[in-house]
Parts: sequence; structure tokens; C-alpha cells
Amino acid sequence: MSLSFLVICLAGLGLYSFFFGRHRIRAISRQSELKQHSQDTYHGSFLLICTTLLPLFILIIWSSFSPLILNAMLRSKLDILAGPLSVGEMGVQLAQAKALYAGIINPAFVGDSVKQAAAYYGELVSMSNTARAVLVLSAAVAGIGYGARLLDVRFRARHRVESFAKWLMILASAIAVLTTIGIILSLIFESLRFFDKVSLSEFLFGLQWSPQIAIREDQAGGSGSFGAVPLFAGTLMITLVAMLVAVPVGLMSAIYLSEYASPRLRNIAKPTIEVLAGIPTVVYGFFAALVLAPLLRNGGNDIGLTVSSESALAAGLVMGIMIIPFISSLSDDVINAVPQNLRDGAAGLGATQSETIRQVVLPAALPGIVSAILLAISRAIGETMIVVMAAGVAANLTANPFESVTTVTVQIVMLLVGDQEFDSVKTLAAFALGLVLFFITLGLNVLALYVVNKYREQYD
Amino acid sequence: MTDVTTPEQLAKAKRAANLAKRYRSERRFRAFGMAAVLTAMGILGFLMTSIVYSSIPAFTHHHLTLDVVVDESRVELMVDDNNQTSVDGNWLGLVRASLRAHFPEVTSRRDKRKLYGLLSIGAGDGLAQMVNDTPSLIGQTVQIDVPLSDDVDLLIKGLIDRTLPEQDRLISDLELSWLDKLTADGLVHRAFAWALFNNGDSREAEMAGLKGAFVGSLLTIFVTLLVSFPLGVLAAIYLQEMAPKNRLTALIEVNTNNLAAVPSIVFGLLGLAVFISFFQMPRSAPLVGGLVLALMTLPTIIIATRASLASVPPSIRQAAMALGASRIQVIMHHVLPLAMPGILTGTIIGLAQAAGETAPLLMIGMMAFIVDTPTDVTAKATVLPAQIYMWANNPERAFVARTSAGIVVLLSFLLTINALAIILRKRFEKRW
Repeated sequence: MSLSFLVICLAGLGLYSFFFGRHRIRAISRQSELKQHSQDTYHGSFLLICTTLLPLFILIIWSSFSPLILNAMLRSKLDILAGPLSVGEMGVQLAQAKALYAGIINPAFVGDSVKQAAAYYGELVSMSNTARAVLVLSAAVAGIGYGARLLDVRFRARHRVESFAKWLMILASAIAVLTTIGIILSLIFESLRFFDKVSLSEFLFGLQWSPQIAIREDQAGGSGSFGAVPLFAGTLMITLVAMLVAVPVGLMSAIYLSEYASPRLRNIAKPTIEVLAGIPTVVYGFFAALVLAPLLRNGGNDIGLTVSSESALAAGLVMGIMIIPFISSLSDDVINAVPQNLRDGAAGLGATQSETIRQVVLPAALPGIVSAILLAISRAIGETMIVVMAAGVAANLTANPFESVTTVTVQIVMLLVGDQEFDSVKTLAAFALGLVLFFITLGLNVLALYVVNKYREQYD
Repeated sequence: MTDVTTPEQLAKAKRAANLAKRYRSERRFRAFGMAAVLTAMGILGFLMTSIVYSSIPAFTHHHLTLDVVVDESRVELMVDDNNQTSVDGNWLGLVRASLRAHFPEVTSRRDKRKLYGLLSIGAGDGLAQMVNDTPSLIGQTVQIDVPLSDDVDLLIKGLIDRTLPEQDRLISDLELSWLDKLTADGLVHRAFAWALFNNGDSREAEMAGLKGAFVGSLLTIFVTLLVSFPLGVLAAIYLQEMAPKNRLTALIEVNTNNLAAVPSIVFGLLGLAVFISFFQMPRSAPLVGGLVLALMTLPTIIIATRASLASVPPSIRQAAMALGASRIQVIMHHVLPLAMPGILTGTIIGLAQAAGETAPLLMIGMMAFIVDTPTDVTAKATVLPAQIYMWANNPERAFVARTSAGIVVLLSFLLTINALAIILRKRFEKRW
């Protein structure tokens, strides 16, 4: 029985149990003289939970783990059928057997062992699906039976349903934590395997990054090198360029809009600037790579500069544009939070408006602004599409923004895009870079929070 | 003794000069602010204009009107078990033959190949469709518009300069002369490029369309919505309304806020390690993409929902409790319905963000070259931003306009979603 049909069956049973429960409690209640504890709907909902909870659990667990088990069984079957296989051959044959079962490849192109394995796999899949359907449906029916016997006038259905709802909510809030744990564990786990092969100090302090590892041992250009310093330097340079654009423009427009602008201009300009934040990054990437980079290159040629067509400048400028609304709206909030009587006091002492802003408002808002800038830096470091499209791939260690540099995120994408063995050093290197990225951005966020909490003035 | 300046006068003059300086600095500061606002708005204008401008060529394409003889000997009518007829044939060959009929002087193999190069590789598709719809056309002559190749199209649109010397041009003098003859005969005309919306991806710019990616995006967003909305709302209700204030809930709160700031590419790594590598879910599937984006959108929805719940005044809760409602009844019957417009607005904005996201989807393989439109959430698919990324990487010139057109479609899609959120907020939002 296919998954979607099973889900529909289960939903149908659930719906039935709800109405059945409601109907049944009414019948019981009519014959009883006691006052009914919970409303009819709660009895129906209770029965619905009894019917669907366990089957759903079984369904999810079975569907998540059965591919793993089936895969392992297919692997051992192939071992028997085709004799001992190397890791690469095994991968190929596994994929072939599955593709043959799915009908994607022509049976004429594969060997006999793969055909037998595919047939075996087909049997396994149908057996697993049947077992799943039987288990799920019988659990549902048993659930109805169990729940229906509990229904009674004095049965506290509402309490049961509400405590179930509460546990569901707790579970949902735990998902966010589980995601973080999942991120940290998967990154650390894969990174540890990477650091088995490449030492931590080589990764963090090495100056040479060329991850192109030979596929076979004997191929020329044998081992790659994984010194990530050029990537960190490239990321830093692009982030620096981005900040040089975003901080002045973002901050000044926030100041102008909150201190000088008429309400009309503010109502037009603020949403317009925020549109910049809603544009997908792939659009910025396109703009950087196909509009700005040629402009910069030609402009550079005209004044006698050699600007690479994948220069750090183009990527950084466009990233700066992307970050402008981030800085301006966060700064706008903190500037607006500075109480008006500080401004009035400064004006009363004879300060001009710009003196008030520079000497009173900005110092008061400084912790918030610094934290906004830190968050913006974290955003810039983690930004991917702009640099993937506009920055280079080659890891140059240079301080010249007209040259091409590469970043951490670009390398993660380059290492992982395309099919390859999950265990290769290249793939693992991407996770190590991801780990660095995660902790740097996390650190910046925590720092931003700390700055705000520690230095914020309370004006109430 | 007229020009003697008293100390008072000196001080006054100094003050005046000082004041003028301070006013100048005031004006300068103000001008900087104005310049910053104008810069930001100007950049947005430039970005939009340049993209829309470069997308214009992709919305039209030049076609050639040909009279094609549907030769019985070159097509085959087939009837399958369900009595459905289908016609198979060398459609491109038929179209090419009819083009050659206009140029009987072309005989050498090389020239013929060049002549056929004027037409798109997909020039036979329209004919195939037409004859399959009405098999009675077999043996007759039909008039049909077939797409020209992308280079020819660019040349007619003036995007390839025909005055360049021959060796610098993608189109040779010979091809140019054929094209001029066809144009002079009135056979070439411009039409709306339906292929952009009706086709899947293709290696040929003129045949490449966004349909597959659009459907892929919808499927992915659907999965994201299905997972992140219930989880996000339930989590937010618990954290905002029910959770005791203790260390654990404080941890969850800090963690949620931090998760919102984790780079999207890290979520892609999570998806790769957990969903694809561990759970062996299919690569390139909207299911996995949707799950990854759901985890990414979750913090946004939780934060928006909490803000929305917090804005419902406590008097509503107190009134419901005074009438004997349980805590969950208060929330489900009173607070949640009142907070719903805000929750939906936040969700829609989160989903719009997810719809424009590319990086995590690259990690899980949602940028494969996929021609077919995906039909379910486990089929191989790509999404609009990933399609744009792939087209942007294509070196062929016609793909630049195609990419811009893809961006215009994506931005219109996001604009529609966001407009929905704004309407929802304007219509249903209550101010207390």
C-alpha cells in the first residue's frame, strides 16, 4: 500500500473516530442521570487522538528508517550475489539496482547480479509497505476500540485532550532546539572525520587551498591541500567592502529618515529601502556578476586599472547594497528609541540639529548601532549566492580588492555541488568550513546581544 | 580711532563666524543624509531598471511561418491498447524540408546544415503537437509558425551587430542573406515567447522555460508551509502563553533567536547530513528542500506569532477565564483567532523569504538539469531561484535575457505573495 493511500486511510479513520466519539457520548449521556463532564467535541477529539497518535508514530518511524534497513539488506544481498565488491563498485551497483527497480534504467545495461538484486529489493519494498500498512491500520482500529471503551459521562476527556495539546506544544518548541543540536552534531561529527585526515592547525593556519583531490590514488596531482587562510582572508575582504558601503549609507539614511525627513518622505523612503531586503540573493548575484562586474572591469580599464571580472569589489559592493536595509532599519529603531527629552535638552542649550544628533543621539544609540553592525557583519559572512555568482573560485591570498578572491561559503558550495561520495575529504572539508562559519556567526550574534545588554542606557 | 575693535566686538565677530561654520556643517550633515537616502533608492531603481530592461528581449521571440507538408511516408500513426492514437514522426525533418524548399540552390551538406541552423532545435515540437491533436492532417499541408534559433532571434532584435566583420559574428554572411530573403518574403514575425512559461528547462535558450521550476517552487513551499506553520504556531503558543519562566524556556528562547541568524547555507549542510545522508531521502526532491526551508522559516514564524499573541490585550484572556474557560480554551477560542491575521502575515513573509532562497537548496541537489515538470514531492525538481542561478551560469548570450526574465517572474511572484500579506494585515488587523 503506497504511503499517500495509507495516509488518506488513516485520515479517514481519524475523521470517522471523531464523529463516532461525539455520537457515542451523546448516546451514553441520554441514558445517564449524571452531568456530563466534558463537551461532546472533547470526547470526539479524544477518540481522534487515540486513533491517530500511535499509527502516525509508527508510520513516521517506519518510513524514516525502513530505507536504511532495506539499503543494508540490499548491500548484503549484493555482497552474496556479486562476491566481495570495492566501495566504489558497491555504490554503483546499489544505485543501479535501485534505478532498475524504479524503472529508470534499461535492464539491458546492467549485469545479472544487479537484476537479481533489483528483484530482491522490489520484494523487500513491497513486504515493507504491506507490513507498514497492516501495522498502522491495526493500531488505528485498536486505538478506536481502546478509546471508545473509556468514553463515559464522568470521563474527563477535556483534561486528556488539553494535556495532549500541551505536550504537542512542548514538542513543537523542542524542534527549534533539536534543529540547533542537529546542526551542531552533524557539523562536528563530519568535521571530526575531516580532522582525522587533515590536521586542525593545517586547516586553520595553512596558506594553500586546493581541494582538487585525485579520484584514483595513482592519478597525478595526488593530494589536495586544505589551508583555509585564503578563504578567511577573502571573506574578510568582501565583508569589509560590503561594510564600507552599507554602514555609511544605511546609518545616514536611518538618521535622515528618523530626524530630518517629513512624514511623507519617510512613508515613501522607508518601505522602498526595505524592498532591498526582500530581493532574493540570487538576484543580487546576477546583478553583481552580469551588470556591475563588467561595468567595473571596463571602467577600470579606462583609467588603467586591471580589474578582474570576478573582483572582490563587485561582490562586496553588491553585498553592501543588500545589507543597507538591514543596518538602516535596525539603526532606525534604536535612534527612535532615544527619548525626545534628550534632543530637547540639547536644543535648549543651543545645539544645532546635527550637533544634537552627533553629540547626543548617536552616543545614546551607539550600543544598538554597534550591535546592528555586528549582526550585519554576521549576515555578510554567511551570505552565499552573491559570492558564488560574482566572486572567484581560485583561492588567492591577496589584499587587492580588484583581484578575484574566494570565500568560505563559495568553497562550501563548490565542494558539495555535484554528485560525489559522501565520505571523501572534499565533502568533509565543506562541513569543517560550515562549522567555522556557524561558530563565527554565532559568536557575532552573541556579541551583538552582549553589547546591547551591557551598554544600553535605560531611560525610563 | 574708528577701526578700533573692542574685545566685545571681536568676540561677537568670532561668534558669528563660528555660527556660520556650525550652520554650514549642519547643512552638510543634512545633505549627507539626503544623499544616503537617495543613494539607497537610486540603487534600487537602477537594479530594477537594469534587470527589467535586459529581460525585455526574452518575452518575445521571432518565428518563421512555413508551409509544412505532413508527408505520410515520414510519420507513423499508432494506436495503443486504450484506443488512444498517437503520431510519431521526424517532425524536425519535415520542418527543415519545408525550409529547404525556399532555397533550392542550397545543396552541399555543409550549407544545408547551416540553413537548418536558422531554426531552433525545437522547431518540430509545435508540428508534433498539432498533428497529434488532429491526426487527419497527415498527408496535408499545414501552415505553422516555428521558432528561429536564439542567435538568429538576437540578430533580428539587433542584439547581435550585423555590421561586424563576418568572423566576429555568430551568423555568417550566407546565413544573413537567407534570413534577409525570408524577411523580405514576410515570413519572419515576432510573437510572445510562450515557451518561457509553458516549457521546462532546456539547453536551447529559445526552448527553455520556467514551468518546471515554478511547479517545483510551489511544491517546495507547500511542504515548507505544511511543516513550519503548525510547528511554529504551536511552539509560539507554548512559549508565549503557557511556558513557566525558567531556565529551560529561556534557553529555548535564546536558541530560537539565534537560529534565525544562522546562515542559510548551514541549514543546507544540515539537510545534506541528516535528511539525505542519514535518512536516505531522495536528492533534488521538493520534500527535502521543503523540510530544510521549513527549519529555516521556523524561527521567523515563531517570532512573528509571539509578537502577534503578545499584542492581544490581557483583558480578553481575563474575560474568557472569568467565564470559566480553561487555559487552552482561552487560547484556542479567543486569543488565537484574534492573533491570526498577524500570524498569517508573519508566515507569508517567512514563506516569501523561503521562496527566494537558493543556497541551502544547492546543497541538497535542487539545481539539477530537469526538463520534466515534477508531479509529486519526491520527484526530482528544481526551484525558481535555482533555475535562475543555472541560467546565469550559462555562457550563451540568449540566456542573459532569459535569466533576467526569470528574475522578473520570481520578483513578481514574491511581490504577489507580499501584497497578499499586506492586504491581509490591512483588512483584518485590529488595533487595541
